[in-house]
Amino acid sequence: MALINLSKREIHCKIVYYGPGRCGKTTNLLYIYNAMNNKARGKMLTIETKGERTLFFDLLPLNLGKINGFDIRIQLYTVPGQTIYKATRKLVLKGVDGLVFVADYLKVRHEKNIESLQDLHRNLLEHNLTLEEIPIILQFNKCDLVPTPIPTLTEEELETDLNRELKTKIFEAAATKGIGVFETLKEISKRTVHYVATKHLLT
Amino acid sequence: MADLVLTASVLKETKIQIENTLIKAGVNTVLLIDEAGNIVVACGHKINNMDTTSLAALAAANFGAASQIAKLIGEDDFALLFHKGKKGSIHVARIGTDLILVTIFGDNVSLGLIRLRVAQLARTIGKAFGQK
Repeated sequence: MALINLSKREIHCKIVYYGPGRCGKTTNLLYIYNAMNNKARGKMLTIETKGERTLFFDLLPLNLGKINGFDIRIQLYTVPGQTIYKATRKLVLKGVDGLVFVADYLKVRHEKNIESLQDLHRNLLEHNLTLEEIPIILQFNKCDLVPTPIPTLTEEELETDLNRELKTKIFEAAATKGIGVFETLKEISKRTVHYVATKHLLT
Repeated sequence: MADLVLTASVLKETKIQIENTLIKAGVNTVLLIDEAGNIVVACGHKINNMDTTSLAALAAANFGAASQIAKLIGEDDFALLFHKGKKGSIHVARIGTDLILVTIFGDNVSLGLIRLRVAQLARTIGKAFGQK
């Protein structure tokens, strides 16, 4: 649910980073938070938990400058990836304008990647949305592990599992090192703003 | 959930209504937010010293979580939430179908007054935004 404030000439969009547990959604946001200057970013909100897992969501507000005289304000959210937090994920998806699906290169996460994408499909349907209408980008995270002895999936396997129907743009990433993080953010921001603007301003 | 397009006249009218109904009654801060956690209107003398973005996101999430709890016990929804602190309290109420009113007030204002004023405000704001 984008919010367009014609009085202040602002467009607010919500982008959600979705994916299985421990795939690197919060790491993406942390890297963006640490790399951006204070003027462009707001305060990162993380709900404290005892472990490293996200319990509810993380939020990072960003100002992306002006387009056609409108200030573009993006709010980046993450969801908790673990299967049991289904209800929370559904809540965070409320009003979503753009999605980044973060998949994990680790071989042991093969099933979890697929399950998480199916869960996204179902949760969107409950908000009367489909992946065909909402802008979505795939990010294959932990690509830096591919040359190591740790068993990983191949890019082709991930693509077959996740992008056979979506047919969307894919970014290889190593979020801990910042590889692919801003490329993903740039592309999803562009698509999301275009999606919102086309609906309301250009039509 | 439809996108919300705000015009200057609706925002101005809403702000005046909030000022007259709640701020003049002694309330510190009022945020009108949508269910996605976006701030529609912010009023009160403390808003500049407050992280309103985080507050709006958490209030919307809190309200959403409470709605899910309501369903688990066989209710459709909880129309309001109230958290009482030592010095400050927060009252969160649904306005129409898509909006949420967050009212922050000190111990100098009674909860009864807030409930009464928020109920009045809900009708006028709901009408201004064309909500059911």
